[in-house]
Amino acid sequence: MTVMITLEATADGSRHSKALAAGLFLTGLVVATALLSLAWTPYDPTAINVAGRMAAPSATHWFGTDAYGRDVFSHVLAGGRSALGVALAAVGVGAGFGVPLGLLAAGRRGWVEEVAMRGSDVVFAFPALITAVLIAALCGPGAVDAIAAIGLFNIPVFAKVARGAALGVWARDYTLAARLAGKGGGRISAEHVLPNIAGLLLVQAAIQLSLGIVADAGLSFVGLGTQAPQPSWGRMLADSQTLAGQAPWLVLFPGLAVVAAVLGFNLLGEGLRGRLAPKRGA
Amino acid sequence: MALLDIRDVSLTIDGRTILSAVSLTVEPGQIVALVGASGSGKSMTALAVLGLTPPGARTRGSIRLDGRELTTLTERQMNAVRGRDVGLVFQEPMTALNPVLSIGSQVAETVRVHGMASRAEAARIADTMLTRVGLPADRFPRSRRPHELSGGQRQRVAIAAALALKPKLLIADEPTTALDVTTQARVLGLLVDLVRQDGLGLLLISHDLALVSRVADRVVVVHEGAVVEAGDPATVFAAPAHPYTRRLLAATQPARQRPDVLPAPVQPPLLAAEGIVRDYPLPRAGWWSRPAHLRAVDQVSLAVHRGESVGIVGESGSGKSTLLRTLLAADAPQAGAVRLLDRPWSAAGEAARRPLRRHVQMVFQDPVGSFDPRWRVERVVAEPLALLDAPLPPALRRARVEELLAQVGLAPADADRHPHEFSGGQRQRIAIARALAVQPDLIALDEATSALDVLTRAQILDLLGSLSRRLGLAYLVVSHDLAVVRALTDRLLVMRDGRIVEEGPTAQVLSQPRHPYTASLLAATPTLATQVA
Repeated sequence: MTVMITLEATADGSRHSKALAAGLFLTGLVVATALLSLAWTPYDPTAINVAGRMAAPSATHWFGTDAYGRDVFSHVLAGGRSALGVALAAVGVGAGFGVPLGLLAAGRRGWVEEVAMRGSDVVFAFPALITAVLIAALCGPGAVDAIAAIGLFNIPVFAKVARGAALGVWARDYTLAARLAGKGGGRISAEHVLPNIAGLLLVQAAIQLSLGIVADAGLSFVGLGTQAPQPSWGRMLADSQTLAGQAPWLVLFPGLAVVAAVLGFNLLGEGLRGRLAPKRGA
Repeated sequence: MALLDIRDVSLTIDGRTILSAVSLTVEPGQIVALVGASGSGKSMTALAVLGLTPPGARTRGSIRLDGRELTTLTERQMNAVRGRDVGLVFQEPMTALNPVLSIGSQVAETVRVHGMASRAEAARIADTMLTRVGLPADRFPRSRRPHELSGGQRQRVAIAAALALKPKLLIADEPTTALDVTTQARVLGLLVDLVRQDGLGLLLISHDLALVSRVADRVVVVHEGAVVEAGDPATVFAAPAHPYTRRLLAATQPARQRPDVLPAPVQPPLLAAEGIVRDYPLPRAGWWSRPAHLRAVDQVSLAVHRGESVGIVGESGSGKSTLLRTLLAADAPQAGAVRLLDRPWSAAGEAARRPLRRHVQMVFQDPVGSFDPRWRVERVVAEPLALLDAPLPPALRRARVEELLAQVGLAPADADRHPHEFSGGQRQRIAIARALAVQPDLIALDEATSALDVLTRAQILDLLGSLSRRLGLAYLVVSHDLAVVRALTDRLLVMRDGRIVEEGPTAQVLSQPRHPYTASLLAATPTLATQVA
């Protein structure tokens, strides 16, 4: 028995460490270029140059230029900022509300748990897009709208993951030992439960980041996310959909950027999951 | 020619010697017991036979099955041997069985894997085998899943799967250790009957000398990877030649840790429970049906006085652990009340209970689950100090932890290690140190020695005995192990289906049981005396 488990773990481990390395590379690339764009881009990403419009990729414009003559490379770099910003903020909102809710549900059980979990189901039932339309109707479209819509959708995800994992920790004798040491539910959740489920939450955060990137691209594609002239990958795709035939670089590069970010965060999550798994048995 | 002939087998893992020159034989139809404490190398011997040694292991010597040398076979050839020529039964049937497979396909699968029969034929073989192990199709439909069965029934499924291909040799590694005493006796009886009927050889691995003495034709005692004694059980147990065998034998009946005469109990009692009822909600049968309840504890009253040790025995599911949780105010009773130091306990709010918490502490069964895996020993042991009115400064806290570790026989430097770095017995010592941290009057021990082998069990019982004599501690000992309550308690309560069915001084209950259930528990408990006599 022990033997087979060890063999599996090593085979699994190498697959996971490859995923982790690839995930770290891709996310590192996306984050680094987004940060770089704060300080430097080859051209001003929003500068219009009608004379040089629709230029194919070349040494001067690596990714070409768009219908307004804007440099696509600079635009892709700057677009990473808004994609990452929205996805990160949405994960922050989701984890910030969802994790305490899940911990509370697992710690208190009974009607508190019922209310928290049925409430999560209700939020779950609304796709982020519908929520975004609703919020945009109330407050107008923009990055904040996207953050709120995606973040709201993230709350039940984190609540459910946190509750499920926390219930597993509450079933262990050490939480009973902590109760016998006079500690209350809140303190046990903070001292014992949260540190023991943190790894799992981190994995979930990576996955939600990748979903957030996709959702942000989708929302700005339909015009509900980041507003012009702020660069965003989704709107680059939307603006160039009719030009895809004559200038394929206009859809190729922002599309690749989305793929790199999504794949990167997914692989990162997968790799982290592998890192955490073997420790559970030890 | 012997069925299994292990000759001079030595095994090293990364240069560390695990087995040195182990030799033993199993004849067809013979039951050979391999006994020793945990870490003695008995399980590794079985793994070596099956070619399942861990990575980094080097095996030397010869292992022959029916004349065929196994050590030189390729992995592919070994796969054909495992299951078909050698059957295997593990200690924990829940992990050995696949939870998503029905019991019928579980057994049929082993037949199919070896390509010995068609699908229909395999299902028929599985059905016959399950009936043979006492699971008839009318009461146990073949579509049942492992989680729908009790531990004993699951182990029967595992036995059926192991015997389905009619192997020549069966290896059973602690097959009944995870089971209750009465179930243990029945499952072991079944295993022995089947082996005798089919004329199989059985290599029975166990740490329980009393258990194997009932059934084995031959015992082989292993210590630190070497065979120290072998022979027929009557001779070996009547006149053990090796000191290690004598230690094992002595540990089977651990020394009594309690004074013969106790001082008269002081009123009021330390802990007093009156008419405790505790229900568990069962899953609803349908949306509109009333939620059903399982009465886990039914009208239980008991008292523990200062310095007294009270035992509660019963099988799993009898409600012992639920009762204990209620007595410790971890769960509230549906009826009845618990008083601690003559003050309201179960009826009080947690805020009112908090100052009383330091009087009762607990030691758990599971040496893995009772510590936060991320905490070091210092933090673990110091956790109950949160109950003190004023928190200790770090230097004093460290000194207190070191003092507690010394009390339980651990070194001060152990405070900086993680609990998982310790052996099972040492972990229980850490758990005892944690329970002692706030100088309680009563410690509840929930199957505190059940996961330990006999030698370690004896050491922990010694420790608990001396602690209670030195500190005047009272114990509430919950166990299914009669040897433990015999050694450690003054008074005994026998629990069945949530009720106390018998109560009295330990020696009296165990020598003259009045309730038939107590008598059946006693009869099912293997003792060496029955063999030797």
